[in-house]
Amino acid sequence: MAKNTLSSRFRKVDIDEFDENKFVDDHDEPADQQGPDAVEVDNLIRQGDMMAALHIALRNPPINSRNPAIKERAQAVVLRVLTSFKSSDIEPAVKSLNKNGVDLLMRYIYKGFERPTENSSAILLQWHEKAFAVGGLGSIVRVMTARKTV
Amino acid sequence: KAEPTKLYYHEVHIYKKDGNNWSKIHVLKEHNGQVTGIDWAPESNRIVTCGTDRNAYVWTLKGDAWKPTLVILRINRAARCVKWSPKENKFAVGSGSRLISVCYFEQDNDWWVCKHIKKPIRSTILCLDWHPNNILLAAGSCDFKYCPLIFISKEVEEKPAPTAWGSKMPFGEVMFESTGTSGWAHSVCFSDSGNRVAWASHDSTVAVAEGGKTAVCASLTSETLPLLCVTFITENSLVAAGHDCYPVLFVYDSNKAAMSFGGKLDVPKQSAQKGMTARERFQNLDKKATADSKEAVLESVHKNSISQISILNGGKAQCAKFCTTGMDGGMAIWDVKTLESAMKDLKIV
Repeated sequence: MAKNTLSSRFRKVDIDEFDENKFVDDHDEPADQQGPDAVEVDNLIRQGDMMAALHIALRNPPINSRNPAIKERAQAVVLRVLTSFKSSDIEPAVKSLNKNGVDLLMRYIYKGFERPTENSSAILLQWHEKAFAVGGLGSIVRVMTARKTV
Repeated sequence: KAEPTKLYYHEVHIYKKDGNNWSKIHVLKEHNGQVTGIDWAPESNRIVTCGTDRNAYVWTLKGDAWKPTLVILRINRAARCVKWSPKENKFAVGSGSRLISVCYFEQDNDWWVCKHIKKPIRSTILCLDWHPNNILLAAGSCDFKYCPLIFISKEVEEKPAPTAWGSKMPFGEVMFESTGTSGWAHSVCFSDSGNRVAWASHDSTVAVAEGGKTAVCASLTSETLPLLCVTFITENSLVAAGHDCYPVLFVYDSNKAAMSFGGKLDVPKQSAQKGMTARERFQNLDKKATADSKEAVLESVHKNSISQISILNGGKAQCAKFCTTGMDGGMAIWDVKTLESAMKDLKIV
């Protein structure tokens, strides 16, 4: 038999690693973003101050962080706030956010869609409707084109 | 008046306007692949085209026919966009090879040579625009990071005067880059003075950067679908259009370094609603889940995305007329004075 049929180690070489034109993603320094303060948010929810809870939950989004645990935690905090809202309060809450806030909210909403739980989708859809009314298609496009997820 | 249109195969058709009719007078066939970019130099009357066949052709009118001259771009991916420089002595081609080919005519050898700008481009160049000084070039690409990049492209000219973007000028040097927007850049445009550059990016934002000791950047996120083309019509006003099929006005306030939305430029005439019988209402509700009798037809002039805006009269300083072309195959000409008087609250500064 020919010699080259003996070893198939060459099949395990990752040829793309040797490509000169390979696109290397810039690694920004992971910012010291810890995500929103879960304790403070919990307190505000217990006190019934939902608006404040929403605003605090939307602070410090772990966008630049590469730690999935931080992102999970942030997502959980925001989801908790969103599901604790009464349906009638959603619209004024969205209106109280500025442009960046609406964009950020939309990002968390889509993140929430990725892993639906029993009730989350229904609530998220209500939030989505109100956020879309304010942010428009542009805010959805920005979620889709963002390279770093929240 | 003649208008070249690149079609989505490998031919270029030139139409001439006779009164209100357009007639096809020339067909330019040379490209082997789709023609992706075309630019007509009005002074020297030359057309440059570039395509997916990795070539560019410069067309000159000899008698009654356009004769092509091949330009070797030395790229190994498709060319995406091409622009003549203001003096029309060179042109730049953006390509998928992650570089810009700047081509100029070498008199001695009687052919076009090209020089490459490579760093720090990391992705396909989608759009280009020249600074009025014939030296600086702004480029927008797909790398989600830097847009726009402003390069120096000077080969045979004398040392140019310093501009708002800097004064040291070796070839290929990056004079400015911005990371303010994400998403790929669809269109980039210098203002008439060259001190400002605007760009539209796929994350539904439009932004303006002003050169100076420290460059200032202002961007505006919009609630609409992404814009595909943007151009200055005065030093402070921009017209942009895109997937929403109507042109819009943006205003840049340099004192506040901020951009604002100036208004929609295509307000469709309200058509009279004819009365509906109860039966029709019910049928609509059943079929379309809405009692509305409006058909799902766009009321804007363009019925599909607008891909290009070109200034017809007045230049980028005092544009009087501009033209939009779209993916619906349509071309519309807009008169700025008429727009200003037709829409109240519209102020073009």
